[in-house]
Amino acid sequence: MLLLSLVPAVWIGLRALGWFDGLGANPIEKLLELSGTHAMIALLIALAVTPLRQMTGLAWVTRLRRMLGLVAFGYVTAHALIWLGLDLFFDWELVLYDLTERPFVMVGFAAWVILLALAVTSTDGAQRRLRKKWVWLHRGVYVAGVLAILHFLWLARADYGEVAVYAAILAFLLGWRVVYSWISARRVRARRAATAS
Amino acid sequence: MLIRTRRRSDPARSEITPKAIYQRRREFLRVGVGLGAGVALGGLGMSAPASAALRGFELDFEPGDFSTDESKTPYDEVTSYNNFFEMGPGKSDPKTYADQLKTDPWTVKVDGLCDNPGEYAVEDFISPWSLEERIYRMRCVEGWSMVIPWIGFELNRIIEKAEPRGDARYVAFESIYDPDNLRGQRRRPASSGGLQWPYTEGLRMDEAMHPLTILAVGLYDEVLPNQNGAPIRLVVPWKYGFKSIKSIQHIRFVEDEPPTLWNQAQPDEYGFYSNVNPDVDHPRWSQRTERRIGEFRRRRTEMFNGYGDEVASMYEGMDLTEYF
Repeated sequence: MLLLSLVPAVWIGLRALGWFDGLGANPIEKLLELSGTHAMIALLIALAVTPLRQMTGLAWVTRLRRMLGLVAFGYVTAHALIWLGLDLFFDWELVLYDLTERPFVMVGFAAWVILLALAVTSTDGAQRRLRKKWVWLHRGVYVAGVLAILHFLWLARADYGEVAVYAAILAFLLGWRVVYSWISARRVRARRAATAS
Repeated sequence: MLIRTRRRSDPARSEITPKAIYQRRREFLRVGVGLGAGVALGGLGMSAPASAALRGFELDFEPGDFSTDESKTPYDEVTSYNNFFEMGPGKSDPKTYADQLKTDPWTVKVDGLCDNPGEYAVEDFISPWSLEERIYRMRCVEGWSMVIPWIGFELNRIIEKAEPRGDARYVAFESIYDPDNLRGQRRRPASSGGLQWPYTEGLRMDEAMHPLTILAVGLYDEVLPNQNGAPIRLVVPWKYGFKSIKSIQHIRFVEDEPPTLWNQAQPDEYGFYSNVNPDVDHPRWSQRTERRIGEFRRRRTEMFNGYGDEVASMYEGMDLTEYF
Protein backbone atom coordinates (compact mmCIF):
# COMPACT_ATOMS: atom_id res chain seq x y z
CA MET A 1 0.00 0.00 0.00
CA LEU A 2 2.83 2.34 0.89
CA LEU A 3 4.52 1.47 -2.41
CA LEU A 4 1.26 2.09 -4.27
CA SER A 5 0.91 5.51 -2.68
CA LEU A 6 4.38 6.45 -3.88
CA VAL A 7 3.58 5.71 -7.55
CA PRO A 8 2.46 9.30 -8.28
CA ALA A 9 5.63 10.65 -6.66
CA VAL A 10 7.80 8.39 -8.83
CA TRP A 11 5.79 9.35 -11.89
CA ILE A 12 6.26 13.07 -11.16
CA GLY A 13 9.96 12.41 -10.58
CA LEU A 14 10.33 10.65 -13.91
CA ARG A 15 8.55 13.48 -15.69
CA ALA A 16 10.96 15.90 -14.03
CA LEU A 17 13.76 13.85 -15.59
CA GLY A 18 12.17 14.28 -19.01
CA TRP A 19 10.17 11.04 -19.32
CA PHE A 20 6.49 10.90 -20.33
CA ASP A 21 6.68 14.20 -22.24
CA GLY A 22 8.55 15.96 -19.43
CA LEU A 23 7.09 18.98 -17.72
CA GLY A 24 6.58 21.36 -20.64
CA ALA A 25 7.64 24.96 -21.07
CA ASN A 26 7.09 25.98 -17.46
CA PRO A 27 8.40 23.01 -15.46
CA ILE A 28 8.22 24.61 -12.02
CA GLU A 29 4.59 25.57 -12.48
CA LYS A 30 3.91 22.05 -13.73
CA LEU A 31 5.60 20.54 -10.67
CA LEU A 32 3.49 22.73 -8.40
CA GLU A 33 0.36 21.69 -10.25
CA LEU A 34 1.13 17.95 -10.19
CA SER A 35 2.28 17.86 -6.56
CA GLY A 36 -0.74 19.94 -5.52
CA THR A 37 -3.20 17.70 -7.32
CA HIS A 38 -1.72 14.58 -5.76
CA ALA A 39 -1.60 16.19 -2.31
CA MET A 40 -5.32 16.92 -2.66
CA ILE A 41 -6.09 13.36 -3.79
CA ALA A 42 -3.97 11.82 -1.02
CA LEU A 43 -5.74 13.95 1.58
CA LEU A 44 -9.16 12.87 0.28
CA ILE A 45 -8.08 9.20 0.34
CA ALA A 46 -6.92 9.54 3.95
CA LEU A 47 -10.22 11.23 4.81
CA ALA A 48 -12.17 8.40 3.17
CA VAL A 49 -10.81 5.69 5.49
CA THR A 50 -13.20 6.15 8.41
CA PRO A 51 -16.38 6.53 6.33
CA LEU A 52 -15.31 3.46 4.35
CA ARG A 53 -15.04 1.43 7.55
CA GLN A 54 -18.39 2.70 8.76
CA MET A 55 -20.06 1.89 5.47
CA THR A 56 -18.54 -1.51 4.89
CA GLY A 57 -17.63 -2.67 8.37
CA LEU A 58 -14.13 -3.56 7.14
CA ALA A 59 -12.06 -3.05 10.26
CA TRP A 60 -8.67 -3.58 8.61
CA VAL A 61 -8.85 -0.33 6.60
CA THR A 62 -8.46 1.59 9.85
CA ARG A 63 -4.97 0.17 10.18
CA LEU A 64 -4.05 2.03 6.97
CA ARG A 65 -5.29 5.35 8.26
CA ARG A 66 -2.08 6.58 9.88
CA MET A 67 0.05 5.58 6.92
CA LEU A 68 -2.32 7.26 4.43
CA GLY A 69 -2.43 10.38 6.57
CA LEU A 70 1.35 10.56 6.62
CA VAL A 71 1.49 10.02 2.85
CA ALA A 72 -0.89 12.97 2.41
CA PHE A 73 1.32 15.04 4.70
CA GLY A 74 4.31 14.00 2.57
CA TYR A 75 2.71 15.18 -0.67
CA VAL A 76 1.59 18.46 0.87
CA THR A 77 5.10 19.01 2.25
CA ALA A 78 6.70 18.25 -1.13
CA HIS A 79 4.26 20.71 -2.74
CA ALA A 80 5.18 23.38 -0.18
CA LEU A 81 8.91 22.77 -0.66
CA ILE A 82 8.60 23.09 -4.44
CA TRP A 83 6.89 26.44 -3.89
CA LEU A 84 9.51 27.60 -1.39
CA GLY A 85 12.65 26.21 -2.97
CA LEU A 86 11.95 26.19 -6.70
CA ASP A 87 9.20 28.71 -7.37
CA LEU A 88 10.38 31.44 -5.01
CA PHE A 89 13.95 30.12 -4.59
CA PHE A 90 14.02 30.99 -0.87
CA ASP A 91 13.46 34.66 -1.65
CA TRP A 92 12.21 35.39 1.88
CA GLU A 93 10.85 38.77 0.96
CA LEU A 94 8.57 37.17 -1.60
CA VAL A 95 7.72 34.31 0.77
CA LEU A 96 6.69 36.75 3.48
CA TYR A 97 4.73 38.79 0.97
CA ASP A 98 2.86 35.71 -0.28
CA LEU A 99 2.15 34.54 3.26
CA THR A 100 0.77 37.86 4.40
CA GLU A 101 -0.91 39.21 1.27
CA ARG A 102 -2.13 36.25 -0.75
CA PRO A 103 -5.18 34.53 0.74
CA PHE A 104 -4.72 31.35 -1.30
CA VAL A 105 -1.14 30.97 -0.05
CA MET A 106 -2.26 31.72 3.51
CA VAL A 107 -4.92 29.02 3.59
CA GLY A 108 -2.57 26.54 1.91
CA PHE A 109 0.08 27.24 4.50
CA ALA A 110 -2.45 26.94 7.32
CA ALA A 111 -3.50 23.53 5.99
CA TRP A 112 0.12 22.42 5.99
CA VAL A 113 0.64 23.63 9.60
CA ILE A 114 -2.41 21.64 10.73
CA LEU A 115 -1.16 18.51 8.94
CA LEU A 116 2.29 19.02 10.47
CA ALA A 117 0.74 19.03 13.96
CA LEU A 118 -1.18 15.86 13.12
CA ALA A 119 1.90 14.15 11.70
CA VAL A 120 3.96 14.99 14.80
CA THR A 121 1.24 13.60 17.10
CA SER A 122 0.58 10.53 14.99
CA THR A 123 2.63 8.14 17.14
CA ASP A 124 1.10 5.63 19.55
CA GLY A 125 2.82 7.44 22.41
CA ALA A 126 1.30 10.80 21.52
CA GLN A 127 -2.07 9.18 21.11
CA ARG A 128 -1.83 7.72 24.65
CA ARG A 129 -0.58 10.92 26.21
CA LEU A 130 -3.15 13.20 24.59
CA ARG A 131 -6.13 10.85 25.02
CA LYS A 132 -9.35 12.84 24.41
CA LYS A 133 -7.34 15.82 23.25
CA TRP A 134 -5.86 13.66 20.48
CA VAL A 135 -9.31 12.94 19.04
CA TRP A 136 -10.16 16.61 19.20
CA LEU A 137 -6.84 17.63 17.63
CA HIS A 138 -7.08 15.13 14.81
CA ARG A 139 -10.49 16.41 13.80
CA GLY A 140 -8.36 19.25 12.47
CA VAL A 141 -7.92 17.17 9.35
CA TYR A 142 -11.40 18.27 8.24
CA VAL A 143 -10.33 21.89 8.58
CA ALA A 144 -7.21 21.11 6.53
CA GLY A 145 -9.42 19.53 3.86
CA VAL A 146 -11.65 22.61 3.62
CA LEU A 147 -8.62 24.92 3.52
CA ALA A 148 -7.08 22.83 0.73
CA ILE A 149 -10.25 23.24 -1.33
CA LEU A 150 -10.20 27.00 -0.76
CA HIS A 151 -6.51 27.08 -1.74
CA PHE A 152 -7.33 25.33 -5.01
CA LEU A 153 -10.44 27.42 -5.68
CA TRP A 154 -8.75 30.78 -5.10
CA LEU A 155 -5.96 30.18 -7.55
CA ALA A 156 -8.15 28.85 -10.35
CA ARG A 157 -8.61 31.03 -13.42
CA ALA A 158 -11.88 30.41 -15.24
CA ASP A 159 -11.53 26.69 -14.60
CA TYR A 160 -13.59 25.33 -11.74
CA GLY A 161 -14.42 21.83 -13.02
CA GLU A 162 -11.62 19.94 -11.27
CA VAL A 163 -11.86 21.72 -7.93
CA ALA A 164 -15.65 21.21 -7.98
CA VAL A 165 -15.09 17.43 -8.13
CA TYR A 166 -12.76 17.50 -5.11
CA ALA A 167 -15.13 19.78 -3.21
CA ALA A 168 -18.04 17.40 -3.89
CA ILE A 169 -16.02 14.41 -2.62
CA LEU A 170 -14.98 16.31 0.50
CA ALA A 171 -18.56 17.47 1.12
CA PHE A 172 -19.75 13.87 0.82
CA LEU A 173 -17.08 12.57 3.23
CA LEU A 174 -17.79 15.29 5.80
CA GLY A 175 -21.57 15.00 5.35
CA TRP A 176 -21.33 11.27 5.88
CA ARG A 177 -19.61 11.76 9.23
CA VAL A 178 -22.25 14.20 10.42
CA VAL A 179 -25.08 11.88 9.42
CA TYR A 180 -23.32 8.82 10.86
CA SER A 181 -22.60 10.40 14.23
CA TRP A 182 -26.18 11.62 14.43
CA ILE A 183 -27.52 8.12 13.66
CA SER A 184 -25.22 6.42 16.16
CA ALA A 185 -26.06 8.99 18.82
CA ARG A 186 -29.74 8.21 18.32
CA ARG A 187 -29.03 4.49 18.56
CA VAL A 188 -27.20 4.97 21.84
CA ARG A 189 -30.08 7.05 23.21
CA ALA A 190 -32.60 4.42 22.11
CA ARG A 191 -30.55 1.68 23.80
CA ARG A 192 -30.33 3.72 26.99
CA ALA A 193 -34.06 4.30 26.94
CA ALA A 194 -34.64 0.58 26.43
CA THR A 195 -32.46 -0.44 29.38
CA ALA A 196 -33.99 2.23 31.63
CA SER A 197 -37.53 0.99 31.19
CA MET B 1 -8.32 22.65 -47.07
CA LEU B 2 -6.82 20.62 -44.33
CA ILE B 3 -5.31 22.33 -41.34
CA ARG B 4 -2.25 20.45 -40.30
CA THR B 5 -0.67 20.95 -36.94
CA ARG B 6 2.51 19.28 -35.91
CA ARG B 7 2.01 16.29 -33.70
CA ARG B 8 4.02 15.88 -30.57
CA SER B 9 5.81 12.87 -32.03
CA ASP B 10 6.92 14.73 -35.18
CA PRO B 11 10.44 16.06 -34.99
CA ALA B 12 10.87 19.80 -34.92
CA ARG B 13 11.58 21.16 -38.37
CA SER B 14 14.84 22.56 -37.18
CA GLU B 15 15.89 19.04 -36.23
CA ILE B 16 15.35 17.51 -39.62
CA THR B 17 16.45 20.27 -41.96
CA PRO B 18 20.03 21.45 -42.20
CA LYS B 19 20.17 25.01 -40.99
CA ALA B 20 21.38 26.54 -44.24
CA ILE B 21 18.47 25.09 -46.15
CA TYR B 22 16.12 25.88 -43.30
CA GLN B 23 17.09 29.52 -43.56
CA ARG B 24 16.68 29.57 -47.31
CA ARG B 25 13.18 28.27 -46.99
CA ARG B 26 11.67 31.65 -47.71
CA GLU B 27 13.26 31.62 -51.11
CA PHE B 28 11.63 28.30 -51.78
CA LEU B 29 8.36 29.68 -50.56
CA ARG B 30 8.69 32.66 -52.85
CA VAL B 31 9.22 30.37 -55.81
CA GLY B 32 6.44 28.23 -54.42
CA VAL B 33 3.95 31.04 -54.53
CA GLY B 34 4.72 31.46 -58.20
CA LEU B 35 4.32 27.79 -59.02
CA GLY B 36 1.36 27.17 -56.78
CA ALA B 37 2.08 26.96 -53.11
CA GLY B 38 0.53 23.57 -52.55
CA VAL B 39 2.79 21.86 -55.09
CA ALA B 40 5.88 23.54 -53.74
CA LEU B 41 5.14 22.66 -50.16
CA GLY B 42 4.26 19.09 -51.04
CA GLY B 43 7.28 18.70 -53.25
CA LEU B 44 9.66 19.86 -50.58
CA GLY B 45 8.15 17.47 -48.09
CA MET B 46 7.70 20.18 -45.53
CA SER B 47 4.79 20.33 -43.19
CA ALA B 48 2.41 23.04 -44.29
CA PRO B 49 2.10 26.17 -42.21
CA ALA B 50 -0.61 25.64 -39.67
CA SER B 51 -2.99 28.31 -40.83
CA ALA B 52 -4.98 27.22 -43.84
CA ALA B 53 -6.22 30.69 -44.70
CA LEU B 54 -2.70 31.98 -45.19
CA ARG B 55 -1.10 28.82 -46.54
CA GLY B 56 1.54 29.74 -49.04
CA PHE B 57 1.32 33.36 -48.03
CA GLU B 58 4.71 34.94 -48.47
CA LEU B 59 6.04 36.29 -45.21
CA ASP B 60 8.55 38.68 -46.66
CA PHE B 61 9.49 40.89 -43.77
CA GLU B 62 12.07 43.41 -42.62
CA PRO B 63 13.43 43.84 -39.13
CA GLY B 64 11.29 46.47 -37.41
CA ASP B 65 11.64 49.12 -34.74
CA PHE B 66 11.22 48.56 -31.02
CA SER B 67 12.61 45.01 -31.07
CA THR B 68 14.31 43.81 -27.91
CA ASP B 69 17.65 42.03 -28.16
CA GLU B 70 16.81 39.71 -25.25
CA SER B 71 17.08 36.05 -26.11
CA LYS B 72 13.99 34.73 -27.83
CA THR B 73 11.78 32.04 -26.34
CA PRO B 74 12.15 28.95 -28.56
CA TYR B 75 9.47 28.32 -31.19
CA ASP B 76 8.43 25.05 -29.57
CA GLU B 77 7.67 26.75 -26.28
CA VAL B 78 5.86 29.73 -27.78
CA THR B 79 3.61 27.30 -29.64
CA SER B 80 3.03 24.69 -26.92
CA TYR B 81 2.43 26.76 -23.78
CA ASN B 82 -0.13 29.53 -23.83
CA ASN B 83 -3.73 30.46 -23.11
CA PHE B 84 -6.42 30.20 -25.75
CA PHE B 85 -9.54 29.44 -23.71
CA GLU B 86 -11.53 28.71 -26.87
CA MET B 87 -9.66 25.38 -26.89
CA GLY B 88 -9.78 24.79 -23.13
CA PRO B 89 -8.30 26.16 -19.93
CA GLY B 90 -5.03 24.18 -19.89
CA LYS B 91 -1.75 25.62 -21.14
CA SER B 92 -1.24 22.72 -23.55
CA ASP B 93 -4.85 22.71 -24.77
CA PRO B 94 -4.29 25.29 -27.53
CA LYS B 95 -1.70 23.12 -29.25
CA THR B 96 -3.57 19.87 -28.62
CA TYR B 97 -6.86 21.17 -30.03
CA ALA B 98 -5.44 23.62 -32.58
CA ASP B 99 -7.28 21.96 -35.46
CA GLN B 100 -10.63 22.95 -33.92
CA LEU B 101 -9.99 26.49 -35.15
CA LYS B 102 -11.22 26.71 -38.74
CA THR B 103 -9.48 29.59 -40.49
CA ASP B 104 -10.43 29.04 -44.10
CA PRO B 105 -12.18 31.09 -45.30
CA TRP B 106 -11.56 34.03 -42.99
CA THR B 107 -12.87 37.54 -43.34
CA VAL B 108 -12.10 40.61 -41.32
CA LYS B 109 -14.78 43.25 -41.01
CA VAL B 110 -13.95 46.87 -40.19
CA ASP B 111 -16.89 49.09 -39.33
CA GLY B 112 -18.51 51.29 -36.71
CA LEU B 113 -17.87 55.03 -36.52
CA CYS B 114 -15.76 55.40 -39.67
CA ASP B 115 -16.10 56.71 -43.21
CA ASN B 116 -14.42 53.83 -44.99
CA PRO B 117 -15.71 50.55 -43.56
CA GLY B 118 -15.04 47.29 -45.32
CA GLU B 119 -15.09 43.54 -45.25
CA TYR B 120 -11.99 41.78 -46.51
CA ALA B 121 -10.73 38.28 -47.12
CA VAL B 122 -7.82 38.03 -44.72
CA GLU B 123 -5.29 37.75 -47.56
CA ASP B 124 -6.52 41.06 -49.01
CA PHE B 125 -6.62 42.61 -45.57
CA ILE B 126 -2.91 41.91 -45.10
CA SER B 127 -1.41 42.24 -48.56
CA PRO B 128 -1.32 46.07 -48.86
CA TRP B 129 1.10 46.36 -45.95
CA SER B 130 4.77 45.58 -45.73
CA LEU B 131 5.52 43.20 -42.89
CA GLU B 132 8.00 43.80 -40.11
CA GLU B 133 9.54 41.65 -37.45
CA ARG B 134 8.87 42.89 -33.90
CA ILE B 135 10.59 41.03 -31.10
CA TYR B 136 8.50 41.85 -28.06
CA ARG B 137 8.35 40.81 -24.45
CA MET B 138 5.04 39.17 -23.60
CA ARG B 139 3.92 39.19 -19.96
CA CYS B 140 0.97 37.00 -19.01
CA VAL B 141 -1.30 38.13 -16.17
CA GLU B 142 -0.59 34.75 -14.56
CA GLY B 143 3.04 35.63 -13.87
CA TRP B 144 5.06 34.14 -16.73
CA SER B 145 6.65 35.82 -19.72
CA MET B 146 8.25 35.15 -23.09
CA VAL B 147 10.19 37.00 -25.79
CA ILE B 148 8.43 36.46 -29.11
CA PRO B 149 9.44 37.48 -32.65
CA TRP B 150 6.14 38.50 -34.22
CA ILE B 151 5.70 39.38 -37.87
CA GLY B 152 3.05 41.94 -38.63
CA PHE B 153 2.23 45.57 -39.26
CA GLU B 154 1.08 48.50 -37.19
CA LEU B 155 -2.61 48.64 -36.40
CA ASN B 156 -2.61 52.38 -37.12
CA ARG B 157 -2.44 51.60 -40.88
CA ILE B 158 -5.79 49.86 -40.69
CA ILE B 159 -7.24 52.66 -38.60
CA GLU B 160 -6.06 55.37 -40.98
CA LYS B 161 -7.42 53.50 -43.95
CA ALA B 162 -10.82 53.17 -42.27
CA GLU B 163 -11.00 56.92 -41.61
CA PRO B 164 -12.59 56.91 -38.16
CA ARG B 165 -14.84 59.83 -37.31
CA GLY B 166 -14.19 62.30 -34.52
CA ASP B 167 -16.51 60.57 -32.09
CA ALA B 168 -14.67 57.24 -32.40
CA ARG B 169 -12.79 57.13 -29.10
CA TYR B 170 -12.25 53.39 -28.75
CA VAL B 171 -11.52 50.41 -30.96
CA ALA B 172 -13.36 47.17 -30.20
CA PHE B 173 -12.16 43.74 -31.38
CA GLU B 174 -14.04 40.50 -31.68
CA SER B 175 -12.79 36.98 -32.30
CA ILE B 176 -14.40 33.87 -33.76
CA TYR B 177 -17.60 32.33 -32.34
CA ASP B 178 -17.78 28.69 -33.34
CA PRO B 179 -18.98 26.49 -30.45
CA ASP B 180 -19.63 23.59 -32.85
CA ASN B 181 -15.89 23.23 -33.31
CA LEU B 182 -14.27 25.05 -30.38
CA ARG B 183 -14.59 22.92 -27.26
CA GLY B 184 -13.78 25.81 -24.93
CA GLN B 185 -16.86 27.73 -26.12
CA ARG B 186 -19.06 24.77 -25.15
CA ARG B 187 -17.99 24.66 -21.49
CA ARG B 188 -20.71 25.29 -18.94
CA PRO B 189 -20.62 28.80 -17.45
CA ALA B 190 -20.29 27.33 -13.94
CA SER B 191 -17.03 25.57 -14.72
CA SER B 192 -15.58 28.32 -16.91
CA GLY B 193 -16.32 31.18 -14.52
CA GLY B 194 -18.89 32.76 -16.84
CA LEU B 195 -16.76 33.60 -19.88
CA GLN B 196 -19.00 35.17 -22.52
CA TRP B 197 -18.06 34.20 -26.05
CA PRO B 198 -16.92 35.40 -28.47
CA TYR B 199 -13.69 36.81 -27.03
CA THR B 200 -13.83 40.59 -27.08
CA GLU B 201 -11.17 43.18 -26.39
CA GLY B 202 -10.73 46.91 -26.72
CA LEU B 203 -8.23 49.75 -26.79
CA ARG B 204 -8.49 53.48 -26.38
CA MET B 205 -7.86 55.23 -29.73
CA ASP B 206 -4.43 56.53 -28.72
CA GLU B 207 -3.38 53.05 -27.59
CA ALA B 208 -4.62 51.55 -30.84
CA MET B 209 -2.77 54.21 -32.87
CA HIS B 210 0.50 53.69 -30.97
CA PRO B 211 3.32 52.37 -33.17
CA LEU B 212 4.03 49.55 -30.69
CA THR B 213 0.56 48.12 -31.29
CA ILE B 214 0.61 45.64 -34.14
CA LEU B 215 -1.54 43.13 -35.93
CA ALA B 216 0.57 39.97 -36.17
CA VAL B 217 0.24 37.35 -38.88
CA GLY B 218 3.46 35.44 -38.23
CA LEU B 219 5.69 34.03 -35.57
CA TYR B 220 9.41 33.45 -36.14
CA ASP B 221 9.40 33.20 -39.94
CA GLU B 222 6.13 31.34 -40.33
CA VAL B 223 2.49 32.27 -40.56
CA LEU B 224 0.81 32.08 -37.15
CA PRO B 225 0.00 28.57 -36.05
CA ASN B 226 -3.63 28.17 -35.00
CA GLN B 227 -2.84 27.96 -31.29
CA ASN B 228 -1.22 31.40 -31.37
CA GLY B 229 -4.20 33.13 -32.93
CA ALA B 230 -4.21 32.44 -36.67
CA PRO B 231 -4.69 34.00 -39.05
CA ILE B 232 -4.38 37.50 -37.53
CA ARG B 233 -4.12 38.74 -33.96
CA LEU B 234 -3.41 41.82 -31.93
CA VAL B 235 -0.13 42.32 -30.03
CA VAL B 236 0.02 45.09 -27.39
CA PRO B 237 3.32 44.46 -25.60
CA TRP B 238 2.89 46.80 -22.62
CA LYS B 239 -0.36 45.17 -21.53
CA TYR B 240 -1.00 41.72 -20.04
CA GLY B 241 -1.18 39.04 -22.71
CA PHE B 242 -4.94 38.58 -22.60
CA LYS B 243 -5.42 42.07 -24.11
CA SER B 244 -3.75 40.80 -27.30
CA ILE B 245 -6.86 39.18 -28.75
CA LYS B 246 -6.33 36.27 -31.14
CA SER B 247 -8.02 35.27 -34.40
CA ILE B 248 -9.68 38.62 -35.08
CA GLN B 249 -12.77 38.81 -37.29
CA HIS B 250 -14.21 42.18 -36.47
CA ILE B 251 -12.71 45.61 -35.74
CA ARG B 252 -15.18 48.30 -34.75
CA PHE B 253 -14.85 51.99 -33.92
CA VAL B 254 -17.01 53.02 -30.97
CA GLU B 255 -17.63 56.02 -28.78
CA ASP B 256 -17.73 54.36 -25.34
CA GLU B 257 -15.37 51.95 -23.65
CA PRO B 258 -16.35 48.57 -25.14
CA PRO B 259 -17.08 45.50 -23.01
CA THR B 260 -14.20 42.99 -22.91
CA LEU B 261 -14.35 39.30 -22.08
CA TRP B 262 -12.18 39.07 -18.96
CA ASN B 263 -13.40 42.37 -17.57
CA GLN B 264 -16.99 41.20 -17.88
CA ALA B 265 -16.26 37.86 -16.24
CA GLN B 266 -14.29 39.27 -13.29
CA PRO B 267 -14.31 43.08 -13.25
CA ASP B 268 -12.38 43.35 -9.98
CA GLU B 269 -9.56 41.17 -11.32
CA TYR B 270 -9.14 42.24 -14.95
CA GLY B 271 -9.41 45.91 -15.75
CA PHE B 272 -10.04 47.47 -19.16
CA TYR B 273 -6.52 48.90 -19.28
CA SER B 274 -4.58 45.95 -17.82
CA ASN B 275 -1.24 47.63 -18.32
CA VAL B 276 1.60 45.53 -16.93
CA ASN B 277 2.15 47.03 -13.48
CA PRO B 278 4.21 45.42 -10.70
CA ASP B 279 2.69 47.78 -8.12
CA VAL B 280 -0.92 46.80 -8.70
CA ASP B 281 -1.48 43.18 -7.76
CA HIS B 282 -4.06 40.86 -9.14
CA PRO B 283 -6.46 40.47 -6.19
CA ARG B 284 -5.39 36.85 -5.76
CA TRP B 285 -1.70 36.85 -6.65
CA SER B 286 1.29 39.16 -6.85
CA GLN B 287 2.37 40.89 -10.06
CA ARG B 288 5.76 41.92 -8.69
CA THR B 289 7.68 39.10 -10.32
CA GLU B 290 7.41 36.84 -13.33
CA ARG B 291 9.03 33.67 -14.56
CA ARG B 292 10.55 34.08 -18.01
CA ILE B 293 9.94 30.77 -19.74
CA GLY B 294 13.25 28.89 -19.81
CA GLU B 295 14.66 30.64 -16.74
CA PHE B 296 14.87 29.23 -13.23
CA ARG B 297 14.73 32.30 -10.99
CA ARG B 298 11.79 34.64 -11.11
CA ARG B 299 12.60 38.15 -12.32
CA ARG B 300 11.17 41.50 -11.32
CA THR B 301 8.30 42.67 -13.48
CA GLU B 302 8.86 46.06 -15.10
CA MET B 303 6.32 48.87 -15.28
CA PHE B 304 4.54 48.78 -18.67
CA ASN B 305 6.53 45.58 -19.30
CA GLY B 306 9.59 47.73 -19.92
CA TYR B 307 7.91 49.92 -22.58
CA GLY B 308 7.38 52.89 -20.25
CA ASP B 309 9.52 55.28 -22.32
CA GLU B 310 7.20 54.76 -25.25
CA VAL B 311 3.81 54.54 -23.57
CA ALA B 312 3.82 56.09 -20.08
CA SER B 313 2.85 59.54 -21.39
CA MET B 314 -0.52 58.20 -22.53
CA TYR B 315 -1.48 57.58 -18.93
CA GLU B 316 -0.19 60.78 -17.37
CA GLY B 317 -2.49 62.05 -14.65
CA MET B 318 -4.41 58.76 -14.47
CA ASP B 319 -4.60 56.84 -11.20
CA LEU B 320 -3.36 53.46 -12.40
CA THR B 321 -4.60 51.78 -9.22
CA GLU B 322 -8.13 52.82 -10.10
CA TYR B 323 -7.73 52.32 -13.85
CA PHE B 324 -5.86 49.03 -13.54
